[in-house]
Amino acid sequence: MRTLTNIKAPEAAPSVSHESSEARKEQTGRNKGDGPLARDTTTVHRQSATGGSSTHARAHESAIKHVTGRAAYIDDIPAPSDVLHIALGLSPVAHGRLTRLDLEKVKRAPGVVDVITIVDVPGHTDIGPVFPGDPIFVDDEISYVGQTLFAVAATSYKAARLAVKEAVIEIDERPASLDPVTATERGEFVRPTHTHQSGDWQQALESSAHVLEGEQFVGGQEHFYLEGQACLVLPTEDEGVMVYTSNQHPSETQKLVAEVLDIPFHAVTMEMRRMGGGFGGKETQASPWACIAAIIARRTGRAAKLRLPRAEDTRATGKRHPFNNRYRLGFDDQGVLTGGDITVIGDCGYSPDLSDAVVDRAMFHADNAYSLGQARVTGHRAKTNTASNTAFRGFGGPQGMMIIEAAMDDIARHLGEDPLTVRKRNLYRLGRDVTHYGQRVEQITLLHDIVEQLEASSDYWSRRKAIAEFNAKSPIIKKGLALTPVKFGISFTVQHLNQAGALLLVYTDGSVSINHGGTEMGQGLHTKVCQVVARELGLDLEQVRITATRTDKVPNTSPTAASSGADLNGQAARDAASKLRERLFDFAAQHFDQELGGLDREGMRLEGGELIAGVGESERRIPWGELIQKAYLARVSLSEKGFYATPLIHYDRDAAKGRPFYYYAHGAAVAEVEVDTLSGEYRLSRADILHDVGDSLNPAIDIGQIEGAFIQGMGWLTSEELKWNEQGRLISDGPATYKIPAFGDLPPVFNVDLLQGHPNSQASIYRSKAVGEPPFMLGISVWSALRDALASLVDYRHCPRLDTPATPERVLMAAEALRNATLVKAAQPETSDDPA
Amino acid sequence: MIDFYLNGQRQQHADVTPDTSVLELLRTRLGQTGTKEGCASGDCGACTVSIGEPDGRGGLSYHSANACITPAHQLNGCHLVTVEGLSRGDALHPVQAAMVDCHGSQCGFCTPGIIMSLFTLHEQQRRRPAPLTQQRMEAALGGNLCRCTGYRPIRDAALRMNEYPDTHPLWADDPDLAGNVATLHTDATKAKPSAGATSQGRFDSPRDLATLRELRRERPQSRLVAGATDLWLESTQQLKILDDIINVRQVAELNTLEETPEGWWVGAAVTYSRLEPLFAEHYPAFEHLMHRFASSQVRNRATLGGNVANASPIGDTPPVLLALDARLALDGPEGAREIPIAEFFLDYKKTALREGEFIRAIFLPRPNADHNLKVWKLSKRREDDISAVLAAFAWRWDNGVMRDVHLAFGGMAGIPKRAPTAEAALEGQAPSQAVFEAAKAALRGEFQPMTDVRGTKEYRSIAAANLLERLRLMLASTSKDSDKKDAEVCLDAYAH
Ligand SMILES: Cc1cc2nc3c(=O)[nH]c(=O)nc-3n(C[C@H](O)[C@H](O)[C@H](O)COP(=O)(O)OP(=O)(O)OC[C@H]3O[C@@H](n4cnc5c(N)ncnc54)[C@H](O)[C@@H]3O)c2cc1C
Ligand code: FES
Ligand code: FES
Repeated sequence: MRTLTNIKAPEAAPSVSHESSEARKEQTGRNKGDGPLARDTTTVHRQSATGGSSTHARAHESAIKHVTGRAAYIDDIPAPSDVLHIALGLSPVAHGRLTRLDLEKVKRAPGVVDVITIVDVPGHTDIGPVFPGDPIFVDDEISYVGQTLFAVAATSYKAARLAVKEAVIEIDERPASLDPVTATERGEFVRPTHTHQSGDWQQALESSAHVLEGEQFVGGQEHFYLEGQACLVLPTEDEGVMVYTSNQHPSETQKLVAEVLDIPFHAVTMEMRRMGGGFGGKETQASPWACIAAIIARRTGRAAKLRLPRAEDTRATGKRHPFNNRYRLGFDDQGVLTGGDITVIGDCGYSPDLSDAVVDRAMFHADNAYSLGQARVTGHRAKTNTASNTAFRGFGGPQGMMIIEAAMDDIARHLGEDPLTVRKRNLYRLGRDVTHYGQRVEQITLLHDIVEQLEASSDYWSRRKAIAEFNAKSPIIKKGLALTPVKFGISFTVQHLNQAGALLLVYTDGSVSINHGGTEMGQGLHTKVCQVVARELGLDLEQVRITATRTDKVPNTSPTAASSGADLNGQAARDAASKLRERLFDFAAQHFDQELGGLDREGMRLEGGELIAGVGESERRIPWGELIQKAYLARVSLSEKGFYATPLIHYDRDAAKGRPFYYYAHGAAVAEVEVDTLSGEYRLSRADILHDVGDSLNPAIDIGQIEGAFIQGMGWLTSEELKWNEQGRLISDGPATYKIPAFGDLPPVFNVDLLQGHPNSQASIYRSKAVGEPPFMLGISVWSALRDALASLVDYRHCPRLDTPATPERVLMAAEALRNATLVKAAQPETSDDPA
Repeated sequence: MIDFYLNGQRQQHADVTPDTSVLELLRTRLGQTGTKEGCASGDCGACTVSIGEPDGRGGLSYHSANACITPAHQLNGCHLVTVEGLSRGDALHPVQAAMVDCHGSQCGFCTPGIIMSLFTLHEQQRRRPAPLTQQRMEAALGGNLCRCTGYRPIRDAALRMNEYPDTHPLWADDPDLAGNVATLHTDATKAKPSAGATSQGRFDSPRDLATLRELRRERPQSRLVAGATDLWLESTQQLKILDDIINVRQVAELNTLEETPEGWWVGAAVTYSRLEPLFAEHYPAFEHLMHRFASSQVRNRATLGGNVANASPIGDTPPVLLALDARLALDGPEGAREIPIAEFFLDYKKTALREGEFIRAIFLPRPNADHNLKVWKLSKRREDDISAVLAAFAWRWDNGVMRDVHLAFGGMAGIPKRAPTAEAALEGQAPSQAVFEAAKAALRGEFQPMTDVRGTKEYRSIAAANLLERLRLMLASTSKDSDKKDAEVCLDAYAH
């Protein structure tokens, strides 16, 4: 018996000469093959009594390939030797009309084979993913710095890039609109404003004992996937193309490529093995490059590769939406919210892209874990002259949560309470368990449990005391502490996306291949799906292999986004596997032990690489390989497709009410920081996290997601600063100027635990919970801790405004403002900032 | 012709254009795609490779480097190790096994670079085992960005790699490898100007000062390259054609570290990594700056000479050199001369170098016992970031008053610059609050900093003054222990 990965050559001939003629015949059969049936079948190696390899902390399916450099990404795929390399001509200005585009010198540059603009597009020229508004190339209206004007294909990457510089571009420049608040005042939106309302928020404000208001700017975030946007397109023998792309949404790109080429969808095949990171940045924004490369490939009949250099990638593609948020909230003497008004303005950039749903999600999370009371939440989608902002882990949720977390801190300072006390009092609880959009929060005690457990395990209160003592004695270095919770809604808020398909293939050696619509970007989705199939079929993980995501295997898929990858595709794979399993049971029940009246269909199971029927004396075990081969010979189909659609969810946009989320995932984090209030430098010295993943599908992967998301969330709120100059050009356009967390930003003490004993109350895949996005927002604790440290400068009487990212510059400026205010205040009588 | 060893195999490649990077050579010419490109600017570490050079004792000494900004021609006579060259058949190298077991990869794109940085650390551990302190791990991994994991599992892998049986890569079995590399390394024919000629330009690697002078006389417009950590960005980021390059890395006279009673002459091509022991012993503040300066990959190749010649207003070492009264030995077709560093920086990116001239060495005066140096760098991220403001303060004590006060700043003007009026306010004074207030006021009049991507002008002004305030507080502290003094006014991780 052989293993899948290690195919041994047949035994050498001499040993055969000693064998009987029967054996010799068998050996010949082995070598030459005798029909479609496999000569050997796969074996189960690691016996696990429960077939429970699915719950193990298994390594990433590609781990060994990653560490040996054998894992191939787009630019690593061997391309035909005549492959063309594409470079793009991007707009140098943010707003204006293209009055002249002279590409004669570009065409004559060394190595150039083709140059295309909007007029060369055979089909659709608008490649807006959901709503129109994204031209593949500029026609005449220019909307941002980095917008694509033309493309050059040349024999080398360098030749193409050099040729671009030869273009003569004339633009009638207009003033660029770069401020979303001004845009909102002028009513310049990419999509209409939407409002949630629960109860009479005005009346609540009027009758509240206290009212506070506040404002904040929450910066955007560059995805900084380590592998930049890339694709390779090969023309196929009919009118179609084969597209290899680093892409979270192959089906959408397939559609767009087909429409741009004006060919049927079935002529376009996408293949996506793995991405070097996506984080939302390759959900809609991987498509333009595939469309452009496809046009070149069809025009030239040659393979075409498009890979964006880092700076161009950063300028041309959208980011996490920056938000300007405002709150005006009423609360009682305990700090419990009575109601009020929250406004969030998403800076959407120049076109809708996914902004409708992103701002919706910000609105859905403006409550985070707290009941707002009688509240109105308004979300604007401001249009500005920047790249079209897009999906990014959390999808607006984090930006929405920031406003209520700011309010929690502010309320606590106002009342002289610890922020944790105020947060706990506001958590959803019985009687206050319906969100401002009408969804009831199930598992209502879960977040209370998390917060209490974490409070204890992190020693919150004794550290709070120690910090207060330290700060009292330390005029410059200040410590800060904060605990922030997360409640994050799981499901696409666009209902039809909540579906998934899978294709399960079993071959006659017993090896299993599973395909599904999800894409692997490092999150471990493929590992989890393999674990699901292995568990359903009672096999080893090694016997199940996943192959690249392909639109010709599973069609019409949803993006791998909204943390839904494992929830949806895991269920679809499970559906396929359980259907096949039932078919095999039906077959086995009739086929084996016929003379004894067949096997007992009841209680039949697949476990440890065997089919097991009956119990005790009459137990019968049939190895998986034998079962499969017998089934094949008996002409039983060994492939199956699976499908899943999430139940229960609905949202009525007109009423702004519904149950947009199948369930919520929860977590909480405690962060401790040290701040140098003279320089603004700071450091995260400790983080403690407790996070809810239901019954984990793979604890190692889940912990990896939580840690990675936390650090990424911290980066968003601290060092990652997007800066545009006054002309609207992004000047932090690469890792030299845009600083994501590095190795030394990892806190010296980092305790991360999964909440135990709380399976999902909904029937999700094995009662697990989605984990991709929710922990991102645990990073908010770092920001809140920074505010806590700063508040110590004024004896915790006031919480300074701290826009994000809270760079050392912003922290220093906030500290200076507090110090200056104290100086001024010392000369003036106390005033109340309570307008009530 | 480039002649080197890649993992176990000799590689000879003719007609490689002068501006080809090691990464391009690997990925496009040799089809070795394990090494990744994440940025092509030296900032992400995805392209990290390990380069072995003869250690002078019959072995090879390995350092990590960014393949994307290392000139392919500088591989001559080296042993290049890439991620493809570590495992022994199916047996993973200890750093690979540790990374798998610790779940150190998610998307895997940063992983080859991480593996190579860990490999270099592992090699260093094998040669000279030492405890893996946080600082050493940061030094080894600070130049490798990972967007997925948050680094905890990578830290675990670093801490666990020594628990694995030490399977050597296959090439380590070859007893002749080090000798063969050494032979290539010293091969004089490679230094001949003809060796550097390609159909699209030149990449010359002279071995001595006389030849360098000669080449500069013939081609004063040629570009000098040392570590290439500035120069190569002109190729990868600005797409400039670099077709006439003179490599100073192997010029013997530029690679010496000469000690005199007055101080040290540091050859312009000496890398930061080589300088670290000197700094550690004599200029602890300079050594601490090194922990904040770029990354290991960069420091292993970059030079003091390159930092000075590049004359960036935000270069980190020029303010320190100004504070120390360093001197420069310049050399060139017209002969040698010596100037104080303060006369070198003329205007934004404009230096005192004449046509064809180059920096031969930098003189660091020996600090006496009364001498004090503080260097503070402010940036958005602690590791591998460029300064928004850098302050270097030097003075000596004379009966309780400050003498020879040098206050030098980066990021505050178009050139690295001292603040003479602020210095005058402190000169000959005891460090009272009043004199520091006067110095801070003087500072405000001295600089009109710019607003750019790294900070606003307001922030720069306030921060620079606050660093003076930090100095005052440190001097005013009543703590006996100097570390404690620092800790009162400066975070541990940023101290010195
Ligand atoms: C990722 C990254 C991080 C960095 N971080 C920092 C940082 O934290 N602080 C900082 O200050 N810098 C930083 N730098 C910039 C750079 O590393 C330094 O300036 C370095 O000292 C340059 O040395 P080099 O030997 O690589 O110079 P090269 O790139 O080889 O040369 C730089 C310039 O000097 C000229 N030159 C070189 N040698 C001589 C000579 N002997 N005589 C005359 N001219 C010469 C070259 O022609 C070129 O114009 C960073 C760079 C990178 C890529
Ligand atoms: S590719 Fe990023 S450092 Fe070389
Ligand atoms: S694993 Fe994805 S960047 Fe490190």
